[in-house]
Amino acid sequence: MLLMPLFVAIPLLGAFLNSLLGKISNRISDFIGNLVPAILVVLSFFSLFTLKSLNFTPIVYKMGGWVPPFGICFVLDGFSILMLITINIIALTATIFSIPYMEKYTDKWKYYTLFLLMLTAMNGAVLTGDMFNLFVWLEIGAISSYALVAFGTEQEELEASFKYAIMSSSASLFILIGIAFLYSYTSTLNMADIGKILLEKPNSTLVGFVSVLFLLGFGLKSALVPFHSWLPDAHPSAPAPISAMLSGVLIKSLGIYALVRVFFNILGVTNTLLNIFVILGIISMVFGGLLALYQKDLKRLLAYSTISQVGYIIFSFGLGTSFGIFAGLFHLINHAVAKALLFLNSGSLVYSTGERDLEKLGGLKEKMQVTAATSLLGSMSVSGVPPLGGFWSKLLIIISALNAKHFLGATIAILMSIITLAYYLKLQKMTFFGILRQQWLNLKEAPILMCISMIFLAGLCLFLGLILLPGVKDVFLEPATKAIENGVEYSRIIFENIP
Amino acid sequence: MIEYLLCLILFSVGLYCILIKRNLIKIIIGLGIMEYAVNLFFILLGYRSGGQFPILSKDVFAQFIRPDKSGNYIFVDPIPQALILTAIVIGLAVTCLLVAIALRIYEKYGSYDIEDLNKLKG
Repeated sequence: MLLMPLFVAIPLLGAFLNSLLGKISNRISDFIGNLVPAILVVLSFFSLFTLKSLNFTPIVYKMGGWVPPFGICFVLDGFSILMLITINIIALTATIFSIPYMEKYTDKWKYYTLFLLMLTAMNGAVLTGDMFNLFVWLEIGAISSYALVAFGTEQEELEASFKYAIMSSSASLFILIGIAFLYSYTSTLNMADIGKILLEKPNSTLVGFVSVLFLLGFGLKSALVPFHSWLPDAHPSAPAPISAMLSGVLIKSLGIYALVRVFFNILGVTNTLLNIFVILGIISMVFGGLLALYQKDLKRLLAYSTISQVGYIIFSFGLGTSFGIFAGLFHLINHAVAKALLFLNSGSLVYSTGERDLEKLGGLKEKMQVTAATSLLGSMSVSGVPPLGGFWSKLLIIISALNAKHFLGATIAILMSIITLAYYLKLQKMTFFGILRQQWLNLKEAPILMCISMIFLAGLCLFLGLILLPGVKDVFLEPATKAIENGVEYSRIIFENIP
Repeated sequence: MIEYLLCLILFSVGLYCILIKRNLIKIIIGLGIMEYAVNLFFILLGYRSGGQFPILSKDVFAQFIRPDKSGNYIFVDPIPQALILTAIVIGLAVTCLLVAIALRIYEKYGSYDIEDLNKLKG
């Protein structure tokens, strides 16, 4: 299908045009910055229908006509399309939010340029079928996000960005060493070809060593707990729409997607590895949740909550059953939408009050009705209150843990979801309920465009549970689950489908 | 074998530098050393002792490529070289950005010492 390179080409062109023309007026950069994600949303739904008409057999695009395993290829299967749709929808809401929000910063065009580069990297990373190409996208996404985290150039932002950059770059180097080892053994970089060669002549020592390197690298990118310490600094320091992108989709596309794709489809999962996933997941769940309880800063609380929810997702993938993978994917989407919404809410609070400290806020419910209502929906979705999307995904994760006879994990998941509810209730109580302070009496609701994107995401939160209905499930979640479940069959399927 | 061990030592030096040093610039240099170690390792994977450049066009082949003593043609693997070229460029971008951020940090804090960077709790 010829559409696939457009997912990379359009945002790249947008970034280029923005850096040329954006200087003239903020309106031009607003226009380009919003037009690109809008086109990409349309394109990703179009690709979904194309893929559906082919019954979800993967589509392989040969870059420059080079037949795989030579040259770079793009692969679109159920899992990639799910990620593409999520990424582009969240990106669109974030850019709509940025129109009023980023006015207070200088150099808006630089912001949009970096944003579009980040979008390019995420789209590329979920589409690519080449190991080294994946590394390149990881780095492009990472570099633009370092710059975006430091965008405010205040003390905190610079400090967070430096820390994030050092840790994330070291992680990339570990991934590069892993790729070097794989290349030295298989003499190829194509993912499907690596999988095929590893099936033909297995080498458990090499795969074990490479697994450790990749776990270190991708684990750091997706902020699993021993490697999480950059996230609570970096995500809160970025401007709100960027926090929404980072927490909502960046760590999922560059971290979890890459982790799952590499381990499930190329190296092949073993029981040891699945156990490591489960243990890392549980540790992240508990640590993130407990630390979130003590946070006084609104955005730091949300960042710790992200760690905890990523723990849920990894735990669910680690169960290894098809039901577990299904639940993990569903939670991934739910969390992307709800966490993006919550970070946008925090942005709207900061826009109106200039304050992030929970103890200084309070009683804002009447002054900022849209923010309060959407924030309530988002919080309740993440903490798992029916009938919001988050409830169904957490329920599925717990059921699948019980099915896999993982009672300890299921118990911890239930306990942590209670703690999640606790800290979100704390957030709600300290910001929107209670007594209104004197200084906030003349507060105004955020501008209309910010409200629109928040309302849109809140609507998604409300109706995401419907994705489980039979007709819809077969389009979104089932093909993605199947793509992961195929495991090392991936390489055979890809080679059969090369045009 | 010894080259690979040296790569490992170089990598460890870089990692040590990142973990132990307190000066921001030294940390950036440490990251650079790590990058060079990985790049060197990747290049070495493609090297064959006595190998020649792998250009198979007829004229070049007749003019430059010679078999070794036992009559075999040995070529180096060109792919790692192409990849490392990309990795070097990425490394350059990261280093540039880090140095820019370090300069800004110096403007704000008046110090390159990470102990003085204490606005965030981690």
